Formats: sequence, structure tokens, C-alpha cells
Amino acid sequence: MSKITIPIGPQHPSLKEPGCFTITLEGEKVVNAVVGVGYNHRGLEKACEARTYIQDLYIIERVCGICSHTHSTAFCQAVEELAGVEIPRRAAYIRVIMAELERMHSHLLWLGVAAHEIGFDTLFMYSWRDREKVLDILAELGGNRVNYGINTLGGVRRDLEPQMADEIRAMLDIVEEQNKYYIQLALSETTLAARLSGIGKLSHEDALRLGAVGPVSRASNVDTDIRVIDKYAAYDEVPVTAITDDHCDVFGRAVVRVLEIMESIKMIRWSLDNLPDGELTAKMPRRIPEGEVFSRTEAPRGEDTHYVRANGTDKPDRVRVRAASEANWHSVKHMLEGDYLADVPIIIAAIDPCYSCTDRSIVLRSAAGERVWDWAALRRYGIEHYKKQGFDASKIKIAERKIIR
Amino acid sequence: MKRSPGRIAGFALKHLLKKPATIAYPAAKLEIEPHYRGKIQYNADDCIGCNLCVRDCPASAISIVNVGTKEEKKFECHLNLGHCIFCAQCVDSCRKGCLSFTPNIELADMSREALKVKL
Amino acid sequence: MLLALFHILIFPGMLFLGAYALVFSFIDRKLYARLQNRRGPRWYQPLADFLKLLGKETIIPEHADKRVFVFLPVMALAAVTAAYLYIPIWSSTSLYPFEGDLIVLLYLLTLPTLCFFLAGWYSTSVYATIGAVRALTQLFSYEVPLFMALLAPALLADSWSLSGMTAYYSTHPLYLLINIPAFLVAVIACQGKLERVPFDLPEAETELAGGTFVEYSGRLYAIFRMAIDCELVVVASLISAVFLPFYPAGAWAGFGVYILKTLVILFILALLRSIMARVRIEQMVAFCWKYLTPLALIQIIANLLLKGVLA
Repeated sequence: MSKITIPIGPQHPSLKEPGCFTITLEGEKVVNAVVGVGYNHRGLEKACEARTYIQDLYIIERVCGICSHTHSTAFCQAVEELAGVEIPRRAAYIRVIMAELERMHSHLLWLGVAAHEIGFDTLFMYSWRDREKVLDILAELGGNRVNYGINTLGGVRRDLEPQMADEIRAMLDIVEEQNKYYIQLALSETTLAARLSGIGKLSHEDALRLGAVGPVSRASNVDTDIRVIDKYAAYDEVPVTAITDDHCDVFGRAVVRVLEIMESIKMIRWSLDNLPDGELTAKMPRRIPEGEVFSRTEAPRGEDTHYVRANGTDKPDRVRVRAASEANWHSVKHMLEGDYLADVPIIIAAIDPCYSCTDRSIVLRSAAGERVWDWAALRRYGIEHYKKQGFDASKIKIAERKIIR
Repeated sequence: MKRSPGRIAGFALKHLLKKPATIAYPAAKLEIEPHYRGKIQYNADDCIGCNLCVRDCPASAISIVNVGTKEEKKFECHLNLGHCIFCAQCVDSCRKGCLSFTPNIELADMSREALKVKL
Repeated sequence: MLLALFHILIFPGMLFLGAYALVFSFIDRKLYARLQNRRGPRWYQPLADFLKLLGKETIIPEHADKRVFVFLPVMALAAVTAAYLYIPIWSSTSLYPFEGDLIVLLYLLTLPTLCFFLAGWYSTSVYATIGAVRALTQLFSYEVPLFMALLAPALLADSWSLSGMTAYYSTHPLYLLINIPAFLVAVIACQGKLERVPFDLPEAETELAGGTFVEYSGRLYAIFRMAIDCELVVVASLISAVFLPFYPAGAWAGFGVYILKTLVILFILALLRSIMARVRIEQMVAFCWKYLTPLALIQIIANLLLKGVLA
């Protein structure tokens, strides 16, 4: 049979965001895969440079719709370290509780998406029904379903009232029971196992070589969890166990995620029982002293790193975000090759991709090597690029950019 | 563990006659927590026109204007709901406590102009 | 002549079949939703979908063969409607019974699948082509166990017509219990014929974006959807006629029992599609040949032996 090339994306029902996977098929077998991302560049990092730290907080929170808390935590940590401010313990604990609730809802979301990709809509509906319970609690704690906005520079904005703690405990009991059922189902349902095991293989060595992070690497038995190896917020006190699995395939990633929900439930219970009293925020200066900081957190999808460079004003000089999906793209190509076309959506979904989080940086490579371009040169390049595609952008007027230095 | 297909059947059948988990919105009303960050509320009496909320707004959605004279100040708050991201940072920034949020989330309208509201 | 036309166009032909197919599709969707703890559509949703599709623009791909492209949905619907005329509905005999109508029925029910294959093939889109190849691969896997499962009861009854089988089983109702394995095989295999989960590979929304029908739109797609909905009714009626041949006296009572029987079959089909994940094509083929076909074969051998014993 001759080879055919089919594009999965940028618009495709299995992808919730734009990304293009050019798959070369021999029959139903994938012989080559090209990962193409970059359809959703939003200029978030650049926007951060033009706004104050407190305004950036809300931009950073919107890097990702699902792991918004982990991004804002990483950013806050970086700015707090620059300013030399230690946040109150109670705030650190509330950050941990939010982070773990977020992990729960993100993993339940993943379970649903994965089930939908393999045509198991019943599991999809049930796991999203239970996710809704977590979201309700998050909305009550933070004030919104996904962009909780609970972090602020120097602490958290809202307190956790005792009656809310009871509501959280009640929710945890329900979700724990449901989740136990999903674990049992994942292990005993034949069609699930048939569709998930043995596909998207990523060996221990490959996971290390390709720099996979989060559940993808932990399912390949790489013991990386930022909560364990680089403790932040209150993770130095809250007992954390990194879940690892040696299946090295999509099934392993599913197992790691459902077990992590159980672990998160345990951690939230512990944090609620040992929540210290005290202030919610520490005093933060508006102008952040010069310096640069690299901060990282464990997002539900893996390691999330933020780099912030301050220049002594109330606006950052440079903000760089590397979301977890960005680290995992490299392993996707490797995982896709050799599997069936039917497995492509679930393999892509198995890294829990977040396309918009990733589409942020531009690296220009040419024969002359890598170059650093200024704003005007970048615009010239953009106009020429689109002219070739039959679209003249030179007539569009944009405001002259003020360089804040 | 022993594997067999259709393990979820019992679980699904149990829910066949139970009340659906979904809500027929907008026919049925959504339950919104009182802590939900919806449209903000403005109390002009305490406002001193410091414009801290305007400075901190990440979306440039809010503006405070003096409609009175220089001596006899009277402030008005204008909010563009199309720009507002409902972060409620203005509520935190206000030193006088004249801004607060309400759980009102049903704010959609047919025209952009109607989204520019005076609070 | 006029009566025949009435049978073909109004009852039990196109109009009744179409209406019942919409009701069937509604109940199917409602059950599917309720099994997932959702509300599900309102009663007029399938009709609204159908009418909406009729009103949409029909786009024919540039490289597609236009005549074949337009002809295929009509052909699929016609085959299904024709098949329905040979199924007994309110009495133990169908409108036009003859010896061997079971075989003709199965042949007519294979035509829609072939139409789906050709539709995908003539669409000249990569998604549609892969869907078409899958449809054909699947056809060779489920068709054999399905035919064997439906012919096993016929073997025991020693008649190749549905009326003959009904007559035989109404005198020996206990023999129906022997056919239970064949019933199970038929119900599972027809998930493949109807392209429903776990065997909805030709459509596979998340993989092929709609597969064979990806290039169909507007009126032509509405006809295809109608053909699929009608096929569900016809297959459910066929299974109920072969495995549950109970017909009380009187047309109205018979009709009521027919509705009840098909709804029971529909419930089983809806349950089956909601409790499993979609399998891969090679898993589907392996499953059909490894489990379904041997089971159907055992049923045939058992029925032959039993017939020998009885004779």
C-alpha cells in the first residue's frame, strides 16, 4: 500500500486547540509524524513587560486555562524572591490546597478527554460530572471556576473559612469514592486496557533523553516531581509522595494520573487539618529591586518554570514562561511513530497538551545561524512572510512600541 | 485483576432513573456561590478619586470620573464589561472599600455599547 | 397496484419507517444520555436535526464523481426501505413473503454499508478514504458471524423465510432458548453493521472527523443520516423477527408487541454502545474472527445436530 499523508489539525475534532500533526501513514500505521505548533501565539510575555507586576499576575494566570494557579504561583514566587519577601505560612498552605484541588480537577478533566478520544463517552461524562464538584469548591474558594485569582504578590487574597474546610472534606469524600471506582474500572475494563496499553511507548531512557516532564515522565519511571525535589510553598511540611509507574505507555500515564488524584486528596486533608493561623499577605513593595529569578512549580502536566528579570521599576524587564506541554512536545513525535492512526489522538492527548500555553516563543534559524531581532525587524519579517502567502499586512497600522528599560 | 468488557454497565444502569447531573440552563437557574467574582458594585459616597483601581486594572476596564466641580467632587465609575476580566483586583486595591463584587454573572448583551455601563 | 404503492410509500414503507426511525433515534439518544447521567435531547431533536440538514447548502467536492456522489445516499435509503417491506410487523407474515426472503433481507442490508464505502471512496478526501477502507474491512469481519447467527435459527426451523420460521417457532417456542448464543452474536455484530461504539471505526469522530461522511453536507447528508436511522429500525426489527417471533392475534395487538420488541432490542443496543470504548480496526477484526464467528459456528453445528436428533 502506498504512503499517504494526512493532516491532523489545525482544526480537528480530537484536538481541543489548534496544532497540526502531519502524519504519514502506511495502511493504518504511522511511519512519520511532524509536530507543528504555533497557531496560537498570544504575545503574553511581551504584554507582561508593558504592565506592572500586579497586572502581570492576571495575565500570567491566563497562560493556561486549566493550570492557572500553578502559573501564578510560579510567578508570585519569583517576584517575592526578588523583593526578598517571605509569605506567611497560612498563605503557603492555602496555595498548596489550591494547587492540589487544581491537580484533581485537571486530572479528572484528562480522564474524560482521554476516554472521549477512544470513543468511551460514558466515562467522559461521569468523570466530568465529578470534576464539576471540584470546580464548585474552587469557585467558592477563589471566586471563579478556572482563573481562581487567589494568589497575589506576597500571599493569597482570600481566607479559607472553617465552614469551607468542611465543604471541601465532604467533596473529597465523594470524589475519593468515585475515583476509586475509576481506578478499578481502568484496571478491569477490557476495551480500555486494549486501547491504552502498549501504545505511545516512551522508555525510561527516552523519557530522560527527550526531557519529558510530569505524569509522562513518571509513567516511564522517572522519579521527577518538583514538589519533592525542589520543595516550594508549604510542600516542605505537607507529605508528598511522587507516583511512578513502569508501564511506559498511555496506560501507565492514566494510572499515574488517577493515583495522583488519590494522593492529592490525602494532601488536601492533611493540609486542612494542619492549617496554621496567621496573616494572609506580607507587605510587598510596588517597585521590585533589580535582579533575576528562576522559579518552578509542579503543574498537573509537569514542571512549569518561570523566569523573571527585574530592573528596579514597577514593571518587569523580561518574563519567560515554559509550560509543561512545551517540554513534552519533543517526546510526542517519538511516541507517535510505529503506532496506528487510531491511536494518534489518544497518544497526543496522553501528554495532556496545552497548545496555547506553548505557543509563546519565536526562534529564528537561518543559514547565518540564530539571530536576535528587534521589534522593527520582526515586523518586517512578518509582513514579508504573509506577503508570500498572498496577504498584505503592511497597511495595518500598529502603535509604536515604547521600550521600557 | 480479572478483565472483562462492559464493566461500567452496572454503574451506568444505576444512573438510568436518577436525576440528571446537568442543568437545563437557561431554563433552570444556576446556583452561584455568594463568593463568586461577578460584576463589581460601586459606592460613590466613600470614593476619594485616588484612581488606584484604575492604575491596577489589568484590562483597562474601569475608569473613575469627576462629574462635580473641583471643590464639590462627585465621582462616577464607568466599567466596560467587554474588557473586564472579573479579577476583582480593583476591589483589593481600593483603600476606602467602595468597590465590592457581586455574584452577578449574566451580563451578556447584543451590542458592544450596552456593555459599557455606569456603576 | 394502489395498495402496493401505499405499502411502499406510506405504511409500512417510507413515511412510517422514517417517522419511526426518528422516534427510535430520539429514544436511543435519550437512553444514551440518561445512562451517562445527562438530560438528553427533547423529543423533536432528531426531526429538527433532519430538517436543519435539509435546509443547509449541499457541497459536492470538486474531484468527486458527481452522479455517484448524489446517487449513493438515495441508494442506501432505498435499500433500507425495501428491506423493511419484507419484515413481518403486525402479523406472523410480512406483506410480500416468499421462500428465501431472509437471504434477500440480508443482501439488502449489506447494500447501505457498500454505499458508505463507495461514498467515502468517491469523496476523494483522505479522511473519507481511510473511513471507506475501514468500512469495508469491518464489513468482512462482522458480516460472516451476523449471517451465520441469523441463519442458524432458520436451519433449525428448516425454512428460509421469516414467516416459515415464525410458524415453526410458534409451535416449538422452547427451541428459541437454544438460539440465545446466536442472539448475542447477532446483537454484537450488528453494532458493526450500524457503525456504533465499539465498532464505529468508519466514522470515528475523534480520529477521522466523521470518516466516510466527511465530505457530505446538506440534503445528501440528511438522506444518509436518515438511512442510518432507518437501518437501526430495520436491524432491530429483523433481530426481533428472528429471535422473538411472538405475534398475538389481531393487527393492533401485534403492532403493539412489535413496538415493544424493537424497543427492548434498542435498549440492549443503546446499553452496548454506552459501556465500551471504540476498538482499533485490527482488534475489531480479531474479535469477530476469534470469538463471534466460532460462537456462531458452534450454534449452527448445535442446531444441525439438534435437527438430526429431532428428525
